Amino acid sequence: MAEVVRLYIDGKECLARNGQYLLQAARENGIFIPTLCHYDGVKPKGSCRVCTCKVNGRLMTACTTPIAEGMVVENHSTEIEEMRKAIIELFFVEGNHICPTCEKSGFCELQALAYRYRITAPRYPFLFPVKRVVADYSKIIIDHNRCILCKRCVRAIKDSNGKSFFAYRRRGQHIEVILDKQMSEQMSYETALEAEKVCPVGAIMVKRTAFLVPIGQRKFDKMPIGGDIEKNKSF
Amino acid sequence: MSKSSVDAILDKYQHERTRLMDILLDLQDEVGYIPEESIPQIAGALGISEADVEQTLSFYHFFSTRPLGKYRIYLNNSVVANMMGRAEVAAAFEEALGIKFGQVTPDGRVGLFETSCIGMNDQEPAAIINNYIFPCLTPFRVREIVRDIKEDKPVEEMISYQYGEGQNTSELVRSMVSNNIRKVGPILDPGYKVGEALKKAIQMSPEQVIEELKTSNIRGRGGAGFPTGLKWEFCRKAKGEKKYIFCNADEGEPGTFKDRVILTELPRLLLEGMIIAGYAVGASEGILYVRYEYRYLKRYLEEILENARKKNYLGKSILGKEGFDFDIRIQFGAGAYVCGEESALIESAEGKRGEPRDRPPFPVEQGYLGMPTVVNNVETFCSVVKIILNGGEWYKSFGTAQSTGTKLLSVSGDCRYPGVYEVEWGFSVNDILDMVGAVKQQVQAVQVGGPSGSLIGPDEFGRILGYEDLSTGGSLIIFGHHRDLIREVVLNFTNFFIEESCGSCSTCRIIPVLLREKLEKILNARGVSKDLDDMIEWARLLKASRCGLGQTAGNPVVSSIKNFRHLYEKMLQKNKDYDAGFDLLAAIQAGAEATGRVPLV
Repeated sequence: MAEVVRLYIDGKECLARNGQYLLQAARENGIFIPTLCHYDGVKPKGSCRVCTCKVNGRLMTACTTPIAEGMVVENHSTEIEEMRKAIIELFFVEGNHICPTCEKSGFCELQALAYRYRITAPRYPFLFPVKRVVADYSKIIIDHNRCILCKRCVRAIKDSNGKSFFAYRRRGQHIEVILDKQMSEQMSYETALEAEKVCPVGAIMVKRTAFLVPIGQRKFDKMPIGGDIEKNKSF
Repeated sequence: MSKSSVDAILDKYQHERTRLMDILLDLQDEVGYIPEESIPQIAGALGISEADVEQTLSFYHFFSTRPLGKYRIYLNNSVVANMMGRAEVAAAFEEALGIKFGQVTPDGRVGLFETSCIGMNDQEPAAIINNYIFPCLTPFRVREIVRDIKEDKPVEEMISYQYGEGQNTSELVRSMVSNNIRKVGPILDPGYKVGEALKKAIQMSPEQVIEELKTSNIRGRGGAGFPTGLKWEFCRKAKGEKKYIFCNADEGEPGTFKDRVILTELPRLLLEGMIIAGYAVGASEGILYVRYEYRYLKRYLEEILENARKKNYLGKSILGKEGFDFDIRIQFGAGAYVCGEESALIESAEGKRGEPRDRPPFPVEQGYLGMPTVVNNVETFCSVVKIILNGGEWYKSFGTAQSTGTKLLSVSGDCRYPGVYEVEWGFSVNDILDMVGAVKQQVQAVQVGGPSGSLIGPDEFGRILGYEDLSTGGSLIIFGHHRDLIREVVLNFTNFFIEESCGSCSTCRIIPVLLREKLEKILNARGVSKDLDDMIEWARLLKASRCGLGQTAGNPVVSSIKNFRHLYEKMLQKNKDYDAGFDLLAAIQAGAEATGRVPLV
């Protein structure tokens, strides 16, 4: 049996298995830490910074921080939650997120987090960038307006040789996700669906599948994000 | 570019995917750009996807898939270049060539581009043309250069002025760059004898070498200041079948150029430090990661490595020490400031995008190729040699209790003697201003530690340089009273951080852009006092970024608001604290007046 580690999240004593990341340890103890770039079963990258906690007094991302005995974590404090809210708002001004016209509405993790953090309007000015919608792949559409650059597709969607279908291009504010042209032609329908599922927002959509699940019956229409983790919490 | 010459490059690096940087660098050097049609060939040979090649290629500033011309001119756009007359030089280039920056002449022969600080702050404005450095440019000199280009002269023959001093004149360098060494100390001591310290080190046990460093209290000279002895000890104790020593010569912090001077004048001192590190840590390979801007030193550095091999300073059983095998290779970057971050440096050396890694694990546990790795600055390795030679106690006699030893400073800006100074830790900013020939009454501000450091005014010039007070990687830029700090300095530094962000963290990718929007708003006389509060508040979020670049990207804005608030306040709209975004009355005023109506708002 794995070694048990004791840590304290917002003063609550938690037990977890050694080798776990803070995010999983918190979840198994019924504590929700918001995430965007994290995807279960995929190596964490810590790029969205939304899961930032204060670990022993330092800002660390919960998805990439291995737990340690006696670790003291600040998760639900005003300071940390305000910081996360401010980070979530960043995504709304960086891209062009028009929820009412987005096919992913109700499945979108960014939208769900915005509801959870009661964001009405971002505090920053909108940057209104000009972004492309690329629809010349055979199975999927990439809408760069909605991409939050979490790299989930890059890390998760691979072929049988372990090659990634997706990659980053350029850097900084000009960074964008690309799909390998050659590999995209060999992408199976199942892989395309998986890519859509992996995308936390509506940036990767499989053609001819929009609105298969009607609005009102979607994941976050029924339960707020994190609700499955905080079973006992009333919203 | 024929298919076979790409094959030759691929063969040279044995189709090894971790050498993608070198493959692209060789191609870029040979052809002047990386032809699109070579990408499938590279991908196929390395067993990666075309998108993989593209993601590394498109990350670095100096790689391009579009032809950039036979002559590729990169003019530095740093703060000090601007202060020294870059605008006139830039205009002269545009006029003489008939193109704007970012363009290539219609005949495809000459390309004109901007680039971030190239490590020549003491001889600006400076440009890189096909890897040759052209310092101290003037509009006249520009016209000469363009005339030579039109005559199709080879770049190496365009050096019409004299070479710089010291090794810059050597056969293998032949550069116009000057060293400007203004003050020498134990590290820059010209009496250095190659190999003495190494001979002494291999008589000691590796643990004794590390112990000596711990006694000396030396801390990393790159800026972060981690105790070197401790770092080596962690790496020595870490489990791994192979260990690596990295020297970080990716000197990219604007205003820093002291590593360039060491690489030119004392490369053997640096290599000796790396070899001693190899011995102490139990590493078998060293990698000297040099920024692309210093590629003009390539042949020179390679020759020195070759000679070291001949003399058995590198290779098998070094200097007869059984079992001590160590060799060094040079890895060039391709234009990315963020690669100065140690884990991004390692990623880059593995042929990938220079994105910093999440920590833990730290490089001393899992670094290059997943193996324990020590990454130290150029100056740190040089200091180690002197510590081994003279002892840790001797080293402690320099500097202060918390900051032992000496520090190389790169001084530039408004002073009479810009250049490299080796001083003991503990000098005050005032001392330095006196030393470099700056008239104190004329100094408005000093940027300590480059853009990621802080901008301080005269009331703080009594502060001292050291890890306990003003910690610095060594860059000091002096600004006179005639400089517009917000427009010339803060905006330039903020643009630098935007340009150089790897884009991985949301905070570092977006917030500097938002800060720039605010700065421009204020500079355009539309600012209100809430904008200053917003900037401070938003910059705080950057502390949640993964690496030092992101965490400090707000420093130019924050430290200038803290220390020079009056400069901002002068530009703000009077009697207006808050910006409603849309002023209905103002918007309809003209219409209301024209029609004679009185709005009911």
